[in-house]
Amino acid sequence: MSKNSKLLSGPINLNNPITVQVLGICSALAVTVKLEPAIVMSVSVLFVMAFANVIISLLRNTIPSRIRIIVQLVIIAALVILVDQVLKAYLYDVSKQLSVFVGLIITNCIIMGRLEAFALGNKPYASFLDGVGNGAGYAVIMIIIAAVRELFGAGTLTLPGLGELQIIPQGFYDFGYQNNGLMILPPMALIVVGVIIWVQRARTRELIEEN
Amino acid sequence: MKIDTNGNLYTFIYAAVLVIVVAAALAFTAIQLQPLQEQNVKVEKMQNILQSVGFNPTVENASELYAKYVQEDFVVDINGERKEGKGFDVNMKKESRKTFKIKALKNKLQTAEGSEKAKLQDELNSLRASLNLPVYVCEKDGDIHYIFPLQGKGLWGPIWGYIALDNDFNTIYGAVFDHKAETPGLGADINKDWFEQPFSGKTLFEGDEFVSITLYKGGKGSAVLAGDSEHGCDAISGGTITSKGLERMLKEEWLYNYEAFLKKNKK
Repeated sequence: MSKNSKLLSGPINLNNPITVQVLGICSALAVTVKLEPAIVMSVSVLFVMAFANVIISLLRNTIPSRIRIIVQLVIIAALVILVDQVLKAYLYDVSKQLSVFVGLIITNCIIMGRLEAFALGNKPYASFLDGVGNGAGYAVIMIIIAAVRELFGAGTLTLPGLGELQIIPQGFYDFGYQNNGLMILPPMALIVVGVIIWVQRARTRELIEEN
Repeated sequence: MKIDTNGNLYTFIYAAVLVIVVAAALAFTAIQLQPLQEQNVKVEKMQNILQSVGFNPTVENASELYAKYVQEDFVVDINGERKEGKGFDVNMKKESRKTFKIKALKNKLQTAEGSEKAKLQDELNSLRASLNLPVYVCEKDGDIHYIFPLQGKGLWGPIWGYIALDNDFNTIYGAVFDHKAETPGLGADINKDWFEQPFSGKTLFEGDEFVSITLYKGGKGSAVLAGDSEHGCDAISGGTITSKGLERMLKEEWLYNYEAFLKKNKK
């Protein structure tokens, strides 16, 4: 596998920011009640991460090391505000659903972590791929959690552009099936993350720590 | 010559330039996108007003429907008298801040004495006199409905809504609520049909007394169980603070401001 494709595929499985590095859990709790906000949030994070990585990588030789964290924060904050403004102008409904969480992308540890660990020491193109890879890794987990929670919590799946689709047929409800209200509560997101981590480790030998 | 990127002067200039460039870029985009954002807010307001009387407007046809069905929007004061101005142009955030201030002043008044009491009373009176309360008049199927906006506080942020009354100024025809940041799946459900629907047909007055709507906790049917099917609706299980905030909005925080106006016109 070439180095560049490793940058893209690594974070999706072996080096996943949520399940392996256990970063960005807060937003996984907050916006995964429904599928649509989870998807929009993932796209926003991917965008912010990719471009923050590129910008920091371009500036990497000029940034005074004493204020590098501040510089990183300023860049991230600027990109997040940009995303927020664009959502408010073009995707007003979704921006209402995400509300404060778009602003909280700033505090998403994954982004700062990638800037510190990767963009400060690598060329722009590699940094871009790293950002996209990590964003995709984040997105995969977010979408799985949101799909599970919405399906069992509300019986629906909400997709951008398609609206709310009733997945569990009315017949089930007539028969006595009930939506699981616990799925909608925040703790369930953590439990789903836990199950995903369990499944991933059971399937991937490299991730199992030796005693 | 190689620049020392760790020098004090360099660090200082670097930070200053970075902040100025970023600020300029953000200010530029904000100004560019502002008209679109304001349009979104306006359309949403029209949609909400129309939804409260049972229309189902989309983003595209909201302005058209609004122009067709909403006959009039005006402003009344706390005594129920008409004021100058258009109801649609009233800044509800500003007005709701006033009502919260009024509430705080009332609490202070209870313990105040002497000259301070008189001063607080004056302040309260002038604040009450300055309230602008919008009313929208909408015609649907030959019936006239009066729509009143609402403003209140939920758990994480503001909640708001519109309540449409029949022309007896007592029976609720329809209601819509919305929120900024309530918990998804719980308090956020105040903008769902199943929550809003039961408000239709409830009444605000018991005889001549303004009792508004009470929310009962405990799941579906709890209002009926509590024996209050006239003025009671079901609260959202798990969304306690949002439900409480909504009830306060309908009782003491916002809707009570219209009491004089409602009483004057009540049939």
